[in-house]
Amino acid sequence: MKQPNSTPTAELMLRETASQTAGPYVHIGLALHVAGLPERDEEIWSRMATSEVEGEPIEVVGTVIDGNGDLVRDALLEAWQADAKGEYRPEFDLEQAFNSFGRTATTAEGGSEWSLATIKPGAVKRSDGKVMAPHINLAIFARGINIHLQTRLYFEDETEANAACPVLNAIESPARRQTLIAKREELDGKVRYRLDIRLQGEGETVFFDF
Amino acid sequence: MAFDNKRFVERDRNWHPPAYAPGYKTSVARSPSQALVSLQTASASELTGPEFRKLRMGPHDNDLLLNFREDPALAGAAGLPVGERIIMFGRVIDQLGKPVPNTLVEMWQANAGGRYRHKKDAYLAPLDPNFGGVGRCLTDEAGWYRFRTIKPGPYPWGNGINTWRPAHIHVSVMGPSISTRLITQMYFEGDPLIPLCPIVQTLNDQEAVETMVGRLDMARSRPMDCLAYRFDLVVRGELQTYFENQ
Ligand SMILES: [Fe+3]
Repeated sequence: MKQPNSTPTAELMLRETASQTAGPYVHIGLALHVAGLPERDEEIWSRMATSEVEGEPIEVVGTVIDGNGDLVRDALLEAWQADAKGEYRPEFDLEQAFNSFGRTATTAEGGSEWSLATIKPGAVKRSDGKVMAPHINLAIFARGINIHLQTRLYFEDETEANAACPVLNAIESPARRQTLIAKREELDGKVRYRLDIRLQGEGETVFFDF
Repeated sequence: MAFDNKRFVERDRNWHPPAYAPGYKTSVARSPSQALVSLQTASASELTGPEFRKLRMGPHDNDLLLNFREDPALAGAAGLPVGERIIMFGRVIDQLGKPVPNTLVEMWQANAGGRYRHKKDAYLAPLDPNFGGVGRCLTDEAGWYRFRTIKPGPYPWGNGINTWRPAHIHVSVMGPSISTRLITQMYFEGDPLIPLCPIVQTLNDQEAVETMVGRLDMARSRPMDCLAYRFDLVVRGELQTYFENQ
């Protein structure tokens, strides 16, 4: 069969603009209040869901840790997740009760935790019909990170779905799969999942290429 | 589902800087030592991404000459930032040359003295009371974006005894999917500090460095007002594939 838009030959294709680190001051551009700058009319931030949306409200928190075991205090994270039905909602609109996209950051102060207020996503079906366990896609940007790192957060209490997830199972080492599983905590009746992202060394988080 | 017949040109990870680039010292402890796990089968998780047409922006979000005043009572020349006035503009296109309309472009930068308005920047160059250093806009239907700002100054940093960043503007672009997400830096054509910079040197390929250089564009500059620098952003190409069984 004819392929009208098959891959053009590499010579005819433009090269992607090269990546550079987001640097130590990424918060100026993408997390204004963290840098101490006044916020604009609307900012893209960490409150992805309000109580009006269908789904289990959750908080997702964690740290980012470098190869020396030290907290990375200047990272920016971006989250991309499906709604409770397993559908992505591309249109970002702060007036709606749920947005699939959110941002958060680690900071110079205290425990340097990033956090997202969201809902638990539904399972997402892949184009080959296999079902991926509920997950949140995360991208990590920071000084010293030359091209952003892409990972996923899965949920501890989705044991069966996790065991059947084709993406988790594509990770050869079963021990490494565990680096993506957030631990469930309950705090004053609120559900919170915790995932510490380790950039390097022991317990290094799995990062994806796609 | 709509994403079923879509995929993106594979990202060439030898073109981009490697995670571990010891000349840029901070990368040493922040680079994964394990290989990336390749996702072989496309899914909505990677093929979709946010679009921001409904994000409400202020009238000066892309005009750094006007979007920050420490003293809001200041107006006119008294309230303008110090520095070379410039227009930074360009087009967001994909690797197949297709414009990327309505996509979010964000940028941040130091002031004319090389100082960032950030709690953690302690460089001795002063803050400019009329400069915040952050902008954002959406590309238009043909993929064009535009900012008005001042040219940032170079600044020293602690990587070596005497290392300086070339003048640069940090640029963030979303593109049609989280697969096209990219953060880079625009350098200024002809800056002698470019080849000396350890962050620029994280790239292995001089041709890749060229993709980050904004070019002086006299035709788009404004006489007696500001110079223009053009910086096109190329994001991963979106391929429509037609499968035998369709
Ligand atoms: Fe910088």
